[in-house]
Amino acid sequence: MRKKRNLSRGVALVGAGMSQFGMFRDRDSKDLFLEAFRAMIASVDKGLDPADIDAFYLGNYSNDFFVRQSHWGAILSDALGLVPRPATRTEGACASSALAFREGVFAIASGFYDAVLVGGVEDMSKGATEVVAEGLGMAAIPYERDVGFTFPGVFGTIATAYFDKFGASREHLMNVTIKSHDNAARNPKAQLSATLEDVMAAKKKRAESKGRTVPNWPDPKAFLRDPRANPVVAWPIHLFDCCPISDGACCLLLVGEELARNFTDDPLYVAGIGQASGRGLHASEDLTTFEATRYAAREAFDMAGIAADEVQFAEVHDCFSIAELLHIEDLGFFPAGHGYKAVEEGQTRLDGSKPINTSGGLKCKGHPVGATGAAQIFEVWTQLRGQAGERQVPGHPRLGAAQNLGGTGGTSTVTVLERR
Amino acid sequence: MGSRCLPCQAVFVPPRALCPRCDSSAMEWQRMDGRGKLVAFTCIAIGTPAMLKQGYGRENPYCTGVVELEENARVVARIQGVDTRNPATISVGMPLQVDFLREDSGSGSRTVLAFKPLPAG
Repeated sequence: MRKKRNLSRGVALVGAGMSQFGMFRDRDSKDLFLEAFRAMIASVDKGLDPADIDAFYLGNYSNDFFVRQSHWGAILSDALGLVPRPATRTEGACASSALAFREGVFAIASGFYDAVLVGGVEDMSKGATEVVAEGLGMAAIPYERDVGFTFPGVFGTIATAYFDKFGASREHLMNVTIKSHDNAARNPKAQLSATLEDVMAAKKKRAESKGRTVPNWPDPKAFLRDPRANPVVAWPIHLFDCCPISDGACCLLLVGEELARNFTDDPLYVAGIGQASGRGLHASEDLTTFEATRYAAREAFDMAGIAADEVQFAEVHDCFSIAELLHIEDLGFFPAGHGYKAVEEGQTRLDGSKPINTSGGLKCKGHPVGATGAAQIFEVWTQLRGQAGERQVPGHPRLGAAQNLGGTGGTSTVTVLERR
Repeated sequence: MGSRCLPCQAVFVPPRALCPRCDSSAMEWQRMDGRGKLVAFTCIAIGTPAMLKQGYGRENPYCTGVVELEENARVVARIQGVDTRNPATISVGMPLQVDFLREDSGSGSRTVLAFKPLPAG
């Protein structure tokens, strides 16, 4: 039986920094992680002496495969000057750094450490797209891969099940994509920091300069319906439903709650954490829900002592647009089958009742898989501290959540942060 | 072939040695009749390396899906005999029958679980 869980010592988040996300031919994991580490140190209001960091937990999915180098915990520890303090790498596919965050929380809650660096990194763009796809495919269920499933294929299958059960269509996926681009255009760290109107204008300009027929799209949906601009990847998933291939890193600093004020007068507190495991497509009784996300959300919200509707905004795992719809339902923000209507009504936009993926999400901020869980928490930190600039959620939010998925639903985590 | 848990009668494809529902290891083999219906599907234009080698791609997508067997177990499989360039013609719930494929795996041939639409009547 599930029981309400508590930390035996409170844990606070007192620093956070992320690198630029993008595809960088000339920057490797070390470069990106150092950028995030420096940004994290600069974010600690009262200053941080790196000598005070007791231990380091790093999320990294598969640099082993992408750049043929493993053991990044120790390598980055050396690069940061943290040697000889311990470095531990966690792997949970695209949820790798959310697992690192949990390990950091447990290490402090146990009283073993006082200050822990949590990070995530992935360097994906150096190989061909087929190589990246093969690397990501290693996190899928082998049985599914054998009949030809790809990652977009799994989410395409989930989409047809969702459409059939709830009467949604591709047009509803487009609403998710349009919102993601609108938010990312206000996020300077995002990989695709442009609205769809910007994307359309750039494509028109390029066609013009090359003397080709200039396409005439009256609005973003017309653009997204154009198979030349937005080709199918795995029906009904099209190119603009998919997150890009990304490089990036993120760093977070956790300390014991009673020490938080030594670092900042505005700390955030870990109110709830949840993690769960799920099963493959064929073994799932209902393809329109992620069992692991529902369980992790209940665990996290129970621990925080809150109901889902008290969470004021959230970052959710939108590796494909359909995943955002499932997650906002699984988190309990909207009833099953109502997520697509909520998005259509604008409820998940920045000025809506439940802003979702204010960063632009994985779709537009980018998805360096091992860095994503930490980067979602970075966005919650930025919003709760009122530092999100043009994409700031109004009304001084006090509670925000991050939900991170690994693989095709095999791992899911939910983290609730609170500003007291 | 699948497996059936003797105590709780749950059926698993592919077969499992341990029942995740009741933790029993008392399993027997269960032969499937090969009929079912389509639960969900996708038509993949950007395929796995193995599928690209077979000539599938943007102009020639392939269909994969989840099939619910009459024996009350679900499998993932290739779906043959459907118009993958017009996915709107493929419908969730359509009856299917098994249609195993033999494919060259590079180091010999392998069997791939596949289904095709059940002829009407």
